[in-house]
Amino acid sequence: MAADTLLERITDYANRANPYPLYAELRDAGSVVQQADGSYMVGTYHEITALLHDPRMSADPRSRTTPSPGPSEETARLPFLRLDDPEHHRLRTLAMRPFGPPHSPGRVDAMRGEITRITAELMESFQTAPQIDIVDDFAYPLPVTVICRLLGVPREDEPLFRQWSDTIVASADVTTEEDTTERDRAGRQAREEMGAYLVGLADQHRGRPTGDMLSAFANEPDPAMRLTPEELAETAVLLLIAGHETTVNLITNGVLTLLRQREHLDLLRREPDLLPRAVEELLRYEPPVHMRERIPRTDLDVAGTTIPKGAPVVLVLASGNRDPKRFHEPDRFDPTRPDNEHLGFGSGIHLCYGAPLARLEAQAALGALIPHLSTARLLQDPPPYRQNAMLRGPRHLPVQL
Amino acid sequence: MAGDLRDGRIVIVGASLAGLRAAEALREEGFTGSLTVVGDEPYPPYDRPPLSKQVLLGRVAADSTGLPMRRDPEADWRLGVRASGLDPLGKRVVLADGKSLPYDRLLIATGTRARTWPNPEEAALDGVFTLRTRDDAGELAERLAAGPRRVLVIGGGFTGSEIASACRERGLEVTVTERGPAPLVGALGGTLSKLAAAMHRNNGVDLRCGVTVTALRGDASGRFMGADLSDGSRVEADVCVAALGAVRNVEWLADSGLAAGPRGIACDAGCRAFNMYGIVTDDVFVAGDVSRFPHPLFGYQMLSLEHWGNAVAQAEVAAHNMVSPGPLRRPHLAIPTFWSTQFGLNIKSVGVPTFSDHVVIAQGSLEARRLAMVYGYQGRVTAAVTVDMAKSLDYYRHLIETAAPFPPAPGAADRPIAADIPVPSDVPDPKGLSHGPTVALTGYLPDRRLTVVHPTG
Amino acid sequence: MRIVVDLTRCQGYAQCVFLAPKMFQLHGEEGLLYAPAVPDDQAERVRQAAAACPVQAILLGEEVSADGR
Repeated sequence: MAADTLLERITDYANRANPYPLYAELRDAGSVVQQADGSYMVGTYHEITALLHDPRMSADPRSRTTPSPGPSEETARLPFLRLDDPEHHRLRTLAMRPFGPPHSPGRVDAMRGEITRITAELMESFQTAPQIDIVDDFAYPLPVTVICRLLGVPREDEPLFRQWSDTIVASADVTTEEDTTERDRAGRQAREEMGAYLVGLADQHRGRPTGDMLSAFANEPDPAMRLTPEELAETAVLLLIAGHETTVNLITNGVLTLLRQREHLDLLRREPDLLPRAVEELLRYEPPVHMRERIPRTDLDVAGTTIPKGAPVVLVLASGNRDPKRFHEPDRFDPTRPDNEHLGFGSGIHLCYGAPLARLEAQAALGALIPHLSTARLLQDPPPYRQNAMLRGPRHLPVQL
Repeated sequence: MAGDLRDGRIVIVGASLAGLRAAEALREEGFTGSLTVVGDEPYPPYDRPPLSKQVLLGRVAADSTGLPMRRDPEADWRLGVRASGLDPLGKRVVLADGKSLPYDRLLIATGTRARTWPNPEEAALDGVFTLRTRDDAGELAERLAAGPRRVLVIGGGFTGSEIASACRERGLEVTVTERGPAPLVGALGGTLSKLAAAMHRNNGVDLRCGVTVTALRGDASGRFMGADLSDGSRVEADVCVAALGAVRNVEWLADSGLAAGPRGIACDAGCRAFNMYGIVTDDVFVAGDVSRFPHPLFGYQMLSLEHWGNAVAQAEVAAHNMVSPGPLRRPHLAIPTFWSTQFGLNIKSVGVPTFSDHVVIAQGSLEARRLAMVYGYQGRVTAAVTVDMAKSLDYYRHLIETAAPFPPAPGAADRPIAADIPVPSDVPDPKGLSHGPTVALTGYLPDRRLTVVHPTG
Repeated sequence: MRIVVDLTRCQGYAQCVFLAPKMFQLHGEEGLLYAPAVPDDQAERVRQAAAACPVQAILLGEEVSADGR
């Protein structure tokens, strides 16, 4: 088939369970492949990394010369992952202050115990069940609970928070529904309510620091480094949306991969020290984020092709991760892979903000699950996938324990 | 005859970063013969960059920076013994203890040592230091921990600036003297040296540029008390660090017939040493700070670099070529890269900033203390320096590798208006500085430095 | 266990600082300082940090023993 229909075929739901042959076709078609709709796809590792580090590439959808096909994505204020420097740098730096180094280097590390406890609690609920859904019963509730504890949402409010979160996450998902008006409205409302709730919570903490992240936001001593209430709400909601489905996908893809390739399951049970590297290999082999869009702010020559200013460029990270020009035997899942500079979290200035948290959650979740999977089997392979081709992952993963 | 090359006797002189990495790489390349590594310091290979940072800050001990092995090179380590001579015809390294080591192939990685204060009596005063070895760093860190009233740093290069930064972070008073117009000017040129000077002063360093130290003063018991400066002023201090740059460890090769001089040992792109007639040897290889090698991106001038990354990359190429037959040998073409952390700023450089005539700030700004500066020579990009913008460096590396036009193409969202106005790079001759250069374009002759090429047409 | 970070490769993503904050620190916004000698109780965290480094710049291993063997 013609290479200029690749994006269409990749986003076609029929190919969701296994897009990797299409990625191979994309790489074979060249480093830069123009699509019939005027967009460009890049699927080779070295070109993707070069573009992720190229200051002339914009993450801001307003850099498009053709309007974005989506309805009103651009009407709201953009989160920093869709902004360019210097504004991106300013907001990300502020958002980083209570979350990570240099100002809060121990924040995520201090969550280790909590993450392990939450994981154990979730496992208790299905200790006796013969059959579970890895997504609904385990992977899905984990990240939202971790974010609640990280932010400092009181336990009694967690169900409320989880409800908003469900609505927001559902509205951010891509579906085949013709009319998404109602879902969009519900999503917007949940965002506003959650934002208002978090701002209120931060207000309560002001002057009474409690050690959690929201309190650190609220009690930032340097006025120049303080987020406005709107920025605070947006950042917290962003942390939730960007961190939720991706983490669910990472954990679920991990279970799926290990149950498909049981020799690695046995290896990890024997050598749990390999788990951190196994998670990195998952991020390469079955990453939660398959594609990111960038827009050149000027005409750009990439591997002999000129991409015009303002044209959407789809960087297929998951294809770069399988590029044989970069990785030895790229289609092999190998938790001991020595050279694993994967694109699972992107690269460059927009490298995933929540990456350390996602890593710890995936390590804790898989570490807790692995001892229970020795006799488990997949009830449906391939499992049903979500619609979204960019954030790709199973909707359910039923497993017989 | 690849089989033969993987066997035999290899001697590596130099047991620091390049020596260790070469030893590991030789085994990775399948070398099964005998491997001997000679080092003049009594310690196993250790890392030096932390010595002027973590160690002086008192965060880690000077004896804790031992380098991890990527694999055990199964070498015979001769530590604490200096190589004193080379017999290239008899193929023997002569050691200071009178023994000699026969070799089939030799790798020279003897690196550099600190240039000492030129007056030996003054240099011997208690409280006068240089900083190169782990012993230097351990003793200096101890003195800093004792809380001296003031530290005098002679030389505003990278080492001197990092020492000053560590002292200020420890709350110590510091005076830095630099013969040139500003710190780091020899490495980064005029514009960034002004930022460096501002960082010194904003952090409370007593920075004296355009002066030299004329004498170090001691008390009756031989303790350092202060220094006289060329402007007639006097600095009272308890500790003095001479950060005057490095001297290449080549004296032991004086009678070897190799092309060894003050700027290092000349070698070809495959790390093979030249002899004094410019004839390439095939059994003597060179890697790391002690080498000078030709680079096609910088007019094939001979580069000598004091860079961590160069030691690693060149050691690996040398090791590969030592066990590979001619057609399978690789050239050492890595783009020079280095970093420095000082006054809370992360400075990274790629290319050769001194190989330039103009510069332009391509991203960010001096005011924000966050920027990417691009260096050009005759209309092409030859270097870039980032300040707290390391994630952009790969982009500029690509521009250097492809000899992209200078000034670089517009398009960056954080491109300042100043990006349209290249200014002279303003790199002074290192002869006018207190400290030696960490990157030197050494021209084609060992003792002549050729940076400016005047176009004839 | 000893570590060395190839700061030529390091781009300041600070993933190591998140995962092993006692061993890795940021100096300013992106300069990395680290403790080369790893105590046993930090070894697991350091291994995680090395695995997580986006540019694979952290090398860990044993040093050449003091008697040169």
